[in-house]
Amino acid sequence: MTRHLLSIDDLSLDDLDELFRLTDGFVEVGRRRIPKVPALKGRTVVSLFYEDSTRTRLSFETAAKRLTADTMTFSVSTSSVKKGESVRDTVETIEAMGIDAIVVRHASAGVPWQVAQWSSASVINGGDGWHGHPTQALLDSYTIRTHLGSLEGHHIAIVGDIKHSRVARSDVAAFTKLGARVTLVAPGTLLPPSLEGWPVEVSHDLDAVLDEVDVVYLLRMQQERMTEALVPSLEEYTVGYGLTRDRAARLGDHVLIMHPGPMNRGVEIAAEVTDLPNAVILEQVANGVPVRMAVLFWLLGVGPPAVDPEGGE
Amino acid sequence: MAHEIIERNQGVDDLALIGLQTGGVPLADQFADALTQIDGSDLPVGSLDVAFYRDDIGLRPVLPEAVTDIPFDLTGRTVVLVDDVLFTGRTIRAALDALTDYGRPRAVQLAVMVDRGHRELPIRPDYVGKNLPTRRDEVVNVGPDGVDLGETVK
Repeated sequence: MTRHLLSIDDLSLDDLDELFRLTDGFVEVGRRRIPKVPALKGRTVVSLFYEDSTRTRLSFETAAKRLTADTMTFSVSTSSVKKGESVRDTVETIEAMGIDAIVVRHASAGVPWQVAQWSSASVINGGDGWHGHPTQALLDSYTIRTHLGSLEGHHIAIVGDIKHSRVARSDVAAFTKLGARVTLVAPGTLLPPSLEGWPVEVSHDLDAVLDEVDVVYLLRMQQERMTEALVPSLEEYTVGYGLTRDRAARLGDHVLIMHPGPMNRGVEIAAEVTDLPNAVILEQVANGVPVRMAVLFWLLGVGPPAVDPEGGE
Repeated sequence: MAHEIIERNQGVDDLALIGLQTGGVPLADQFADALTQIDGSDLPVGSLDVAFYRDDIGLRPVLPEAVTDIPFDLTGRTVVLVDDVLFTGRTIRAALDALTDYGRPRAVQLAVMVDRGHRELPIRPDYVGKNLPTRRDEVVNVGPDGVDLGETVK
């Protein structure tokens, strides 16, 4: 059966443990003189990105290459999509070339599920609309885990534009599954219309929350997705919800400062704050590669359970 | 076996031991202790997991058992790979591939506690604790108390 990674909800706690254990192994591979292993030799991984991306696409490509898989990159601007080719036709065309995994990013929620129905390859959700971004949540969880030991019992504040954020949705799912307590901090206009079923607390007062958290996770103000004025002005947003230098100075040394990038310096996070020792934003990016190697290896490299007559070789 | 290793290499200078996960790791530590006792000098010990180098990836579940840890430079050293049981030779083949990603050892030697036969590749050990003829479907376990031979439950 083909395995996919479409949503954090599909993963059990055991799956998460296995992925983190694989990631540990690939972090070690990354430190080697030759940071590359032949685990996925002869496999082909395609990135199918209908939306702009720097880190996710490059990180997946690096991950695939370090596993010795072949990579193909599809970018909308130079492809037949410009001639009006549908997603389905594009997927079937790529599929006909013989591939093993597709990383999909699309502005509409649910597209990776559609692709999984049209394709026999493993599909990885690289971000779909406002809905989900599971590999980001995995690398965020892994980063927190390396600093705090585990997520269990820790308090994480996710601050900012929750409404438009697929990162927030996947992070909430992953963090709470791993036992963390999550508080969303945002003005009412930047929260989703309904939070029913979300296992989170909500606050509109960042200063009150900062005193009791272990992680401050700042989200980007997604101006390209905002079709109406949801905050009076960016300056006013920063006064209420930005991690300014003064706010950062109040945080304990153990409190992690995180951001999924790309950052709007001076809006949700002050420029100087990113240089603090407890700001782990570049570490998040660095962990993206081994986490995505783990995902690719987990999807493509682990075969079906078989009777194993080779005891103790 | 420790004496054999010293004799063959005329001492332990430039020698390093690498245990294969998981069975070879405690053995490599034991060898290192024995060599230090005989020769008096410390030598570097590492561990290696070959999961990402196996040729049966996709055929059966292959997950790393533990993280590889080689905290020294291999280039110019003689590396003794240590494993508990030598069977088809495929693990050793994978280990040789893995080693080249860490550096260029001057020579690689192989020490195993048990050679149970049934090789599928042209690989032979340099130091053997015991030759143990087996059937293919038998299971060999090497523990601190000795070697245990069992039947596969099917």
